[in-house]
Amino acid sequence: MADVTYREALRRALDEELGRDDRVFLMGEEIGRFEGSYKVTAGLWEKYGPRRVRETPISEGGFVGAGIGAAMMGLRPVVEIMTINFILVAMDQVINHAAKIHYMFGGTVAVPMVIRTPGGAGAQLTAQHSQSLEAWFAGTPGMKVVAPSSVADAYGMLKTAIRDDDPVLFCENLVLYNLSGTIPDEDEDYTVPFGKAAVVREGDDLTLVAHSYTVQRALRVADALARDGVETEVIDLRSLRPLDAETVAESVHKTNRALIAEEGWSTYGVGSELAARIHRVCFDDLDAPVERVGQAEVPMPYAKPLELAALPLESKIEAAARNLLADCGVL
Amino acid sequence: MAKAAETTPAQLPDAETTRRLFRTMALIRRFEERTEEQYTRARIGGYCHLAIGEEGAIVGAIDVLQDGDCLFASYRDHGQALAVGSPPAAVMAELFGKQTGVAHGRGGSMHLLDVSRRFFGGWGIVGGHLPIAVGAALALEHTDQPYAVLCQFGDGATNTGAYHEALNLAAVWDLPIVFQAINNQYGMGTSVKQSSAEPELWRRAAAYRMHGERVDGNDVVEVRDAVGRLLEEARSERRPALIETVTYRYRGHSVADAGKVYRTPQEITAWRKKDPITRLGLLATEQGVLSAEEIEEIWNDVAAEVKEAIDEALGAAFPDPDTLYEHVYGDPRWRDQFAAMRAGAPFGERGEEASWLT
Repeated sequence: MADVTYREALRRALDEELGRDDRVFLMGEEIGRFEGSYKVTAGLWEKYGPRRVRETPISEGGFVGAGIGAAMMGLRPVVEIMTINFILVAMDQVINHAAKIHYMFGGTVAVPMVIRTPGGAGAQLTAQHSQSLEAWFAGTPGMKVVAPSSVADAYGMLKTAIRDDDPVLFCENLVLYNLSGTIPDEDEDYTVPFGKAAVVREGDDLTLVAHSYTVQRALRVADALARDGVETEVIDLRSLRPLDAETVAESVHKTNRALIAEEGWSTYGVGSELAARIHRVCFDDLDAPVERVGQAEVPMPYAKPLELAALPLESKIEAAARNLLADCGVL
Repeated sequence: MAKAAETTPAQLPDAETTRRLFRTMALIRRFEERTEEQYTRARIGGYCHLAIGEEGAIVGAIDVLQDGDCLFASYRDHGQALAVGSPPAAVMAELFGKQTGVAHGRGGSMHLLDVSRRFFGGWGIVGGHLPIAVGAALALEHTDQPYAVLCQFGDGATNTGAYHEALNLAAVWDLPIVFQAINNQYGMGTSVKQSSAEPELWRRAAAYRMHGERVDGNDVVEVRDAVGRLLEEARSERRPALIETVTYRYRGHSVADAGKVYRTPQEITAWRKKDPITRLGLLATEQGVLSAEEIEEIWNDVAAEVKEAIDEALGAAFPDPDTLYEHVYGDPRWRDQFAAMRAGAPFGERGEEASWLT
């Protein structure tokens, strides 16, 4: 076991996969000499050289496409998009190309490519640099979308993503990069499967579902509610496509109440999808309608008071939980 | 370093090559004519883009691909599939949406491919496949394979951002790829002059310090010589190039477009006089490489081959709707999770079996 940050866990996963498989290579802006905008690829350019850690121009559509082509030829590119906001200029390559190829060509050619990219907000980065767009991709057949919230998952799921035969959007989070945790030693060859949500805190009174950084917020909300005697079950989705609704439903079956929190907008979001599934399967279990909390439905503003008002902070998640519980006569 | 090629009369290659070029172009012409007819009989659905008139640009370039080289093309791709040697019956079956089609009925007219012959598609978004072709060249470079990529696209693609990004990446990374603009004069109904600030498309290579040149796309021999030379340079010297092959499509943009409102009958007639197949036939008979009888025999032969292809494709089965979910993903590990995701039966509790994987 090693105590590392989320950032270091990702770096180690990349390092180990580069060392394990010659077909793996990294591609992205500033990932070489500059060591990555968020330093996730620190030291890898020196260790593996410019061919396996390929620095690109600011040309997202171009190099995501190049990743697709290289993957079709049998390589395993790991493409870094500096933040998820910049993937929009490569959207045609991701949605119209990567997600379609295996199906459209009748299963004759695969695209084993990973796109790593951080989302998240909270540092006054404003409207064009504060988005969490993973739900857009999670709604697209052909894509796999994962968003680990813990250090161990970041490490184990990145390894799984690189070894996967399909295009994977691997969503990191700017706030999570400095999170501390532990990862197993390299010789354990630790991987975390997709499509398996984790119950990260058990409880009987409320199911609180989240992914990525919002899981950390959810755990703090659960602590606060526990002081009033409410036991919250916190579920970390980990993977958005495939989505493990079954673990969520099992929990709701027990708690009879569900709240979904996410960093992106709720409308047409992860919470919308899960609410539909929970209502379908747990209709008779529910004491109250499923609730959702997300970013305020505005482009992220700059001024700190406005930004705080827009973020799905613990206070908002807790308030939604208390309202839901009050409706059920629990609080 | 860039130049416009002079229009000197072509020196025919050896008899076998000349015959092959003629036959492949004739096969495509006949296939496309019958495809048009099959479309009007409602055996083909969706979009259907014919390349009648462009055979010289297609065949001249593909003929010089060697084993290991890769081909990418736009959605006007029937000719490419035939030129790489995919069985015409499998190509027609794809147009018919049959299970025996090259993409098992999942792709249709725009998404033909043949991975075994290194033909990596038929792509439907204008310009979208150029970065992907660059990635294939990157893979060749990355793995030290001594091959090259030929990436064909229409004139319309040259005004997309993907075009610029692809050529820039290929140039800064010294990749073995030849970009071939098949300039058929129109992106749908918009002329090159209307849409391109520099209508001599080959000149844009200068923006990437890349070799560029323009050849007569209706002269299959000239195309073959030029692309052959550029592919060899790409293989041996690891450098990209741009070639513009100037040609014309006699038909509309797709079978839904009569192709008449944006151009004159005189213009079409003038181009027909430069028809690539007729030209090669005349040259070959003049030089005694092919006799008139041999040419007639080739036409009869390809007509029979296309008829057989149609008959075989007609007789093939459509894909079973039970296979709808096959091929969405290739990795078998998360099969159960995806099966559980189906709307209406989130956990498969209604007994629906999602056979999304082969």
